[in-house]
Amino acid sequence: MKPGFLSQNPSVLWFLAALGLFTLGVTVLAEATGTGALSTSFVKTLGKTLCLCLIAIAMDVVWGYCGILSLGHFAFFGIGGYAIGMWLMYARTEAIVSESMAAAVIPPTDQEVIDAIGTQIFGVVGSSEFPVIWAFSDSLFLQLLMVVLIPGLLALVFGWLAFRSRVTGVYLSILTQAMTLALSLYLFQNDSGLRGNNGLSGLQNIPGFEDTPQSMISIAFFWASALALGLGYLLFAFVTSGKMGSVIRGIRDDEARVRFLGYHVESYKLFVFTLTAVIAGIAGALYYPQAGIINPAEIAPIASIYLAVWVAIGGRGRLYGAVIGAAFVSLLSSWFTGGGAPNVNLGVYTIQWTDWWLVLLGLSFVAVTLFAPKGIGGLFDAIAVRRTPERVGDYGPDKGALRQEEGTE
Amino acid sequence: MSTLLEMSGVSVSFDGFKAINNLSFQIGEPELRAIIGPNGAGKTTFMDIITGKTKPDEGRVLWGDKGTSLLGRSESQIARAGIGRKFQKPTVFEAQTVRENIAMALKNSRGPFDVLFYRKTAEGAARIEAVAKEVGLTEELPRPAGELSHGKKQWLEIGMLLAQDPRLLLVDEPAAGMTPAEREHTTDLLKRMAETRAVVVVEHDMEFVRRLNCKVTVLHEGSVLAEGSLDHVTANQDVIDVYLGR
Repeated sequence: MKPGFLSQNPSVLWFLAALGLFTLGVTVLAEATGTGALSTSFVKTLGKTLCLCLIAIAMDVVWGYCGILSLGHFAFFGIGGYAIGMWLMYARTEAIVSESMAAAVIPPTDQEVIDAIGTQIFGVVGSSEFPVIWAFSDSLFLQLLMVVLIPGLLALVFGWLAFRSRVTGVYLSILTQAMTLALSLYLFQNDSGLRGNNGLSGLQNIPGFEDTPQSMISIAFFWASALALGLGYLLFAFVTSGKMGSVIRGIRDDEARVRFLGYHVESYKLFVFTLTAVIAGIAGALYYPQAGIINPAEIAPIASIYLAVWVAIGGRGRLYGAVIGAAFVSLLSSWFTGGGAPNVNLGVYTIQWTDWWLVLLGLSFVAVTLFAPKGIGGLFDAIAVRRTPERVGDYGPDKGALRQEEGTE
Repeated sequence: MSTLLEMSGVSVSFDGFKAINNLSFQIGEPELRAIIGPNGAGKTTFMDIITGKTKPDEGRVLWGDKGTSLLGRSESQIARAGIGRKFQKPTVFEAQTVRENIAMALKNSRGPFDVLFYRKTAEGAARIEAVAKEVGLTEELPRPAGELSHGKKQWLEIGMLLAQDPRLLLVDEPAAGMTPAEREHTTDLLKRMAETRAVVVVEHDMEFVRRLNCKVTVLHEGSVLAEGSLDHVTANQDVIDVYLGR
């Protein structure tokens, strides 16, 4: 990073400070490390929210900065979750199976152990064989690699095909949505090898930490999510500042012009698309162990549309806007759908927020688009200190006014 | 003066309509050339072919000292080879400052990773200042390009072309919508640029072309109707028929 990066992007420091304070606050109030004012499940909710913030800034970079309205980034998020989920499930089942078989008179062979694990995991879809895609599920390292590689490769191939044929705008959005839908429909099948609509479950049990209470695991994942969000924010702030940011914002505003300046627009789009897909995968790998379960419904196109809604409400084209949007809307959403909001009795009809929340969200999305296109993040413009103009002359017409030379001190 | 760009026998048709019909054209380096022609003469398609936006159905487009073909190369490759283009409507990046606009056009490596790890240099800054001075936008450097007047946007776009340092410049109607004073400034700019490189100006306005004082090519229905000095072509009977006959 070039010197002066932070001084040129003061919002990065503000954001990191706010994130640090928030993390400290949650740590002090959590059950495992502090007073216990926050329940373990709420710490998990907050940790999950941080992961959603991370994918939201990825979405903001690809959509708000580069102008590619991708409706497929939640698929990458889900793939990251599946990749880590496979190891979590395998390793935990292995531990349980070995324990129960160790009591047998004749020690089990390795193959017997593997068969027993297969029966445990795939019995639910009427199978006991390990599908090919589980080949590396016994290795944490390889599965972690897949968290990054599979979303990255998928985005690279898909993006290369789409950008090379100059598919843009709404057509590209439809293509990404089709990819997401195809992936989720495939995963819904029992013979997809990932347990069909049962998905992967029990992910909150971390192998090797069976004796650690969930309160401790939840705060550890919360820290990891906060760290990932902080690093992700730094990375994206670096990408979107300087000349790279200039070029990708140029692509958003006038792709043809950037091309005639000699930039190979497709490579830039591919770079942004792939990088954000990888970060989305990492966010998913941190999210699902906190959620405990992943199933194909999580990958359905609606999730990616929510993502776009968060970013739009928070404010496109500024990273902290995406964070605010994701945190605000997803927390509000769990408050409304979790029965937190009191029902409104209108006499003839009772508004139950669990049903009406989506309508409210839809209306606020329309309202933000129409009346506040900058989103919630736009509020910061109103309170931000205006940058002092670059003076080119004396400070006043009067002889006593500061001269230009004096003003530079 | 050596030949920089040579087109021969180029034709292109859209849905049966021949936009360019067996067009041959060449320009040397340095040279200033004006292209005039009525609406639909194929001026814009002509530029699209050179810059790689439109692929011709037949013909050759040869470039540079070695005469390599430009056909089949992408727009960005052609731009990097040294052909700059200014659009009719000023297209600058309005959300970014004048400085950022020029910086983006500066001749540098164009790969994504070169750009990602690009560091601002003193030479780069000096080059931006020089370009801004040349087009008269020094005081506007920190301003967003969207705030500039129409004429200044045109100059910014010309400045971006300068920063690209191309060997051939294609300029589409640079004086459209300008005040007389702005026109004069633009004429000077184009003439000065043509001292070291090839400049092709597409223009409607005869008065502007007269002030450029250069060789003129008249396009009509996709091919060259006449070529020579402005007085020569305006005396040509075919040209008179085309311009005044309908």
